[in-house]
Amino acid sequence: MNEAVIHFHPSGPLLALVGNPNCGKTALFNLLTGSRQKVANYAGVTVERKEGRLTTPAGRTLRVLDLPGAYSLYPRSPDERVTCDVLFGRAAGEKRPDLVVCVVDATNLRRNLRLALAVKRLGLPCVVALNMTDLAEKRGLRIVPERLSAELGMPVVSTVAIRHTGAEPLLALFDDQQTWRRATADTPIPGHAAPIGDPHSNQSDHVAVRQILQNLGLDEIVPHTPSDRIDRVVLHPIIGPLLLASILFLVFQLVFAWAETPMNLIKAATSEVGQAIGAALPDTWIRSLIVDGVIAGAGGVLVFLPQIVILYFFILLLEESGYLPRAAFLLDRLMGGVGLSGRSFIPLLSSFACAIPGIMAARTIANPRDRLVTIMIAPLMTCSARLPVYALLIGAFVPQREVYGMLELQGLVLLSLYLAGIVGALAVAWGLKRFTAAGREVRPLMMELPNYHWPTPLNVGLGVWQRVAIFLKRVGGIILILTILLWLLASFPAPPEGATGPAIEYSLAGMLGQALAVVFEPIGFNWQISIALVPGLAAREVAVSALGTVYALATAGEDTAQALAPLIAANWSLATALSLLAWYVFAPQCLSTLATVKRETGGWTMPLLMAGYLFALAYAASFVTYRVALALGAG
Amino acid sequence: MTDVTDTSKACSVRTLDLASIGEALAVQYVQPPTAAPEWARWLEEIGFIVGERVMLMARGLPGGDPLVVRVAQSTFALRRAEAACIGVTPVDQTDTQEIVA
Repeated sequence: MNEAVIHFHPSGPLLALVGNPNCGKTALFNLLTGSRQKVANYAGVTVERKEGRLTTPAGRTLRVLDLPGAYSLYPRSPDERVTCDVLFGRAAGEKRPDLVVCVVDATNLRRNLRLALAVKRLGLPCVVALNMTDLAEKRGLRIVPERLSAELGMPVVSTVAIRHTGAEPLLALFDDQQTWRRATADTPIPGHAAPIGDPHSNQSDHVAVRQILQNLGLDEIVPHTPSDRIDRVVLHPIIGPLLLASILFLVFQLVFAWAETPMNLIKAATSEVGQAIGAALPDTWIRSLIVDGVIAGAGGVLVFLPQIVILYFFILLLEESGYLPRAAFLLDRLMGGVGLSGRSFIPLLSSFACAIPGIMAARTIANPRDRLVTIMIAPLMTCSARLPVYALLIGAFVPQREVYGMLELQGLVLLSLYLAGIVGALAVAWGLKRFTAAGREVRPLMMELPNYHWPTPLNVGLGVWQRVAIFLKRVGGIILILTILLWLLASFPAPPEGATGPAIEYSLAGMLGQALAVVFEPIGFNWQISIALVPGLAAREVAVSALGTVYALATAGEDTAQALAPLIAANWSLATALSLLAWYVFAPQCLSTLATVKRETGGWTMPLLMAGYLFALAYAASFVTYRVALALGAG
Repeated sequence: MTDVTDTSKACSVRTLDLASIGEALAVQYVQPPTAAPEWARWLEEIGFIVGERVMLMARGLPGGDPLVVRVAQSTFALRRAEAACIGVTPVDQTDTQEIVA
């Protein structure tokens, strides 16, 4: 399932945006192209490729490539390597850009201009977009683009990416034919007679930039005092972590609270559509395929959409404002203890809604080993698909009473299941650090803490939309195919004449479940549970309705759990229930997650490894739980 | 990781991880650990270049790790081992010009 490189505007001049991370490059890209963007992958690597289209005032249509942020043309991450490869014209399937726009943060010329000088040496036509000039002016930095242009020997225009009209000077430059022709490679920088000795030296670029800034009277260091003041609170050793915990708590509360209504609406709509279509079709296997397979499968995907949208909204808000790197800073010590860095925090946070967006978010981790470990432990974060199963079992087996006068026992059990997943993930990461050679290597943090900004609705909105589109496109297809496959397993062969049990018992899934029951017997699962685990492979929560089917309940949806609770409370031992809970903390029963891992790692090795280790972990946890519970008399 | 030798340098040179918070400093050298020579280039890329002004802004908890470091106009989070690669000397607070090494 390797993604093809998409050339959706194969003709027309190509311009590329290049800049340091946090220079406002993506905001400028959003302003230039609006919603005319396409997100895909670069050939052969899982680096996000963003291409858009813009129309100049003269009516010319241009392709714009938003290259990953880079500090230099010496790559240290897969992202930065793509930027270099494209600029050097050696990226597979990519055209070398016709024009490079160096996006430069006007409040941080010292560092940003070094990259501009390095890009200029490549010999491509090149212009500088002096971004965030509004913020620079607020800090008393008055930069005259013409003078900087004379110093750099390339066109310079000032832009404000967060203002509606902020890109107009840049757009006007694109209509100037001179811009596209300018040969910059051989033009020495005026005023710097001494040629730059080592063309790749950071040091010499640094000297050149310092000279330029001195000539312009801009070499004073003006710190961003509001950011420093916020950081005194946010990074405070005691207040900082408390604030982070409160923010996370609030985000989770809101993700679950706000998502409830739309999720119920989606569930209701799915069953309405299913019933309407079911009534219109004759009672054949085709009806069952469409209603139980396709519609129920699509509903199973869509129902998580509200949570994912809300979670992404908050993550983007935190990301755009500049808080997320601070959160990573606060958690770095904890993550460093298990061999990861603070950067793994964001993918793991997303995994609480669903492991799939979390695994996709691991792309932002520069170090390949850290990225892989983060992907491997992401499924241990309790995703929301486990909640219906937890709710059923806790409701049926854990008494509703208060402990210590204020805490609810059922809530405590749920919390401990979440914690078990987190502790499990940390333990796995620690084990990988301790027992693999790569784990013992010291990997640097070196993470920028950008100045705080107000997030803009355009950037947050576009960000949420793009991530949701990717989720629906990638996951929708996979889940749908798997659901149909599992429907086939659960429906064929049909029960024989005069069969008394539920149909699923006689199907392939039923046979599989009965066979699995032998494997699961030592951890206390009966054959009904084992059968329910098979359709649960499509999405964990499907196990609840599958149990309903096995116990031959004629109800659907929400009612299943209510009708099922007393039934399993009477039929299962407490030890079995606890064992199943422990199973669900670790078990790899989500084929969509495994399919996503295959996509992101480009092979079957990692998903198979993941399934294997999670299965072993789940089996061990359930075994211990079951045996201990039996020994304590919970059988 | 702290095998950075600074015996050849002036005695006022310390490594950045040992600096006090808020002290105005300038980079004297960048010396990566032998196990990770690529750190030198990476640190230079983000601005730790000889002569550049740096300041320790905050320390994380627990154990004073990682560190928040201001280098010229930018702020970076560095682990202690990374900051230990950077030799610094104090500069006059009132002097806004960089010192040239």
